[in-house]
Amino acid sequence: MNKLSNQRAWLFVVPVVLLVAFNALIPLMTVVNYSVQETFGNNQFFWHGVGWFEQVLKSERFHASLLRQLAFTTMILLIEVPLGIAVALCMPRKGPWVSVCLVLMALPLLIPWNVVGAMWNIFALPDIGLLGKMINGLGIDYNFTQQPVAAWVTTVLMDVWHWTSLVVLLTYAGLCSIPDAYYQAARIDGASGWAVFRFIQLPKLNRVLTIAILLRFMDSFMIYTEPFVLTGGGPGNTTTFLSIDLVKIALGQFDLGPAAAMSLIYFMVVLLVCWIFYTAMMRNEGQS
Amino acid sequence: MSRSVKWLVPTIYILFLMLPIYWLISMSFKTTNEILGAFSLWPQEFTLENYKKIFTDPTWYNGYINSLIYVVINTVISVSVALPAAYAFSRYRFLGDKHLFFWLLTNRMAPPAVFALPFFQLYSATGLFDTHIAVALAHCLFNIPLAVWILEGFMSGVPKELDETAYLDGYSFWRFFVRIFIPTIAAGIGVAMFFCFMYSWVELLLAKTLTSVNAKPIAATMTRTASTSGYELGLLAAAGTLTIIPGAFVIYFVRNYIARGFALGRV
Repeated sequence: MNKLSNQRAWLFVVPVVLLVAFNALIPLMTVVNYSVQETFGNNQFFWHGVGWFEQVLKSERFHASLLRQLAFTTMILLIEVPLGIAVALCMPRKGPWVSVCLVLMALPLLIPWNVVGAMWNIFALPDIGLLGKMINGLGIDYNFTQQPVAAWVTTVLMDVWHWTSLVVLLTYAGLCSIPDAYYQAARIDGASGWAVFRFIQLPKLNRVLTIAILLRFMDSFMIYTEPFVLTGGGPGNTTTFLSIDLVKIALGQFDLGPAAAMSLIYFMVVLLVCWIFYTAMMRNEGQS
Repeated sequence: MSRSVKWLVPTIYILFLMLPIYWLISMSFKTTNEILGAFSLWPQEFTLENYKKIFTDPTWYNGYINSLIYVVINTVISVSVALPAAYAFSRYRFLGDKHLFFWLLTNRMAPPAVFALPFFQLYSATGLFDTHIAVALAHCLFNIPLAVWILEGFMSGVPKELDETAYLDGYSFWRFFVRIFIPTIAAGIGVAMFFCFMYSWVELLLAKTLTSVNAKPIAATMTRTASTSGYELGLLAAAGTLTIIPGAFVIYFVRNYIARGFALGRV
C-alpha cells in the first residue's frame, strides 16, 4: 500500500512512545550506568570503564550459561516448529471440533508461568508424579532433580507442552487463509500430498512461520520462571539458563556491575538475532 | 495421509496437553497425606478443603483480585494507546517511522530479567511501588509493542478507500475512527486484547519484583507459600487450578476470533 507522507502522524504515536520510553529508556540507562561503574557500597560509585564487560565476556560461567541457552533454544525450535506444523495440518478445517481443538490447545498458553513450572514439577516427580511414576514403571531410572539428562528432557518437554500450541495456532490461521482454488488447481494437476504441502502450503505459511519462529526464539531466549520453578537451575548448574544466571548475580549476589554488563550483552545478542530475522522478513515482503 | 489416521494427531497432542493439567486438578482434590502417602490416579479421599482455604483466606483470594486488576488495567492502556499508533504506522509515512517501529519491537525482545532491578528502583523512586498501576505500566513494556504490531497488521488489511470514502462523506477523523474504523477491525482488537491479557496474566518476574503486599499477584502468593510452608502441595495445586480459569474464559470468548483473526491479520 502506498502511504501518504504526513508528519502529523507523529501525534498518534506520541502516547506509545512516551509510555514505552518511560519503561525502556530510564531502566536501560540505569543498567548502562551500573555497567561502567564500580561500587563499594554506601552508594559511592567509581568509573570502571569497560572492565565489567571484559570480565563477563571472559568468564567461564557466562560462556557456559550462554551455551546452555543456545542449546535449549535450538532444541525447542527444532521440536516445536515441525510438531506445530504437523498438528495444524491434521486439524479439522470446519465443524464443531474446530472450536474444541482451539480452546483446548490454547489453554497452556494462558497458565501463569510459575504454575506451569509447579505443575510440571508435581507431574514429573518420581515419587508422586504421574510422568515420573510412568517412566520409572517402564524400567528407566528417572529422577529430574538429580540427573542432568532427565532435568534437560523434562525442561524441554515442559516447553514443548507449553508453547507448541502457539505455532499450531499461527500455522492453522495461515492454512485457513489459503483459498480453496489453490487446492482445486492442485487436484486437477494430480499433485501428491507432499507436493501440495511443499509448493502451496509452505510458501503461503512463510510469513506466519517467520513470526512464530521469531516469537519462540525471543521467548525461549528469555525463559526464566518455568525452569526456575521446575528445577531451580539444577541439578548443579545444568539447567541454569541466561536469565536465571542473571537474576542470581543481580538480585542474589547484588553484583550490580557484572550483572549490568551481562544484561547489556544478553540484550545485544537477542537484538542482533531479531534484527537479522526482521530484515529478512521485510525483504521477503518487499519481493512478494 | 488417509482420513482415518488424520484425527489421531490432534487427539494425541491434546491428550498430551491435558495430562499435566489433569494431574494438577486431581491433586487439588487430594489431602496432603494422600499426595505424599499412596500413589493414586484419582483422589481416593475426595476433599474440598484446599479450595475452602483459598476462598476464605484473604491473602489467597486477594492475590487473584490483584492479578485481575493489573491485567485489566494493562490491557485497556495497551490497546487504547496502540490503536492510534497502529493507525499512523499503517496509513502514513513520517520521519523515522521504520526505525521507531523496530525500536518498539526491540522492547518486546528485552528479557524481563534485565529490567527487574532498574524497574524496582524506578518505581520506588516514583512512589508507585506496590500498586496495581505499577505492574500495569511495567507490563506495557512488552504489551504495547505487541499490540501495535498486531493492530498494524489488521489495519493494513483494510483498504484505504474506506478512509477516503468516509472523509468524502464529511466524517471528521475521530468520528470515522470510532464509528467506522474500530468496528471494522473488531477482530483485530479482540486478538490484540487476547495477547495483552495473556502476556500480562502469565508474567511473574516483574509483577513479583514490583509488589510486596497490597498488589501482590496470585503467582507470587503461590511461590511464597511454596517456600515458607513447605509441602502443602494440595493447596498449591488448588491455587494453580484456579489460575487456569480466567484464561479458559478468555479463550472461550475469543475462540472464533482467534482463527479468523490470525488469518486476517499478519500475526
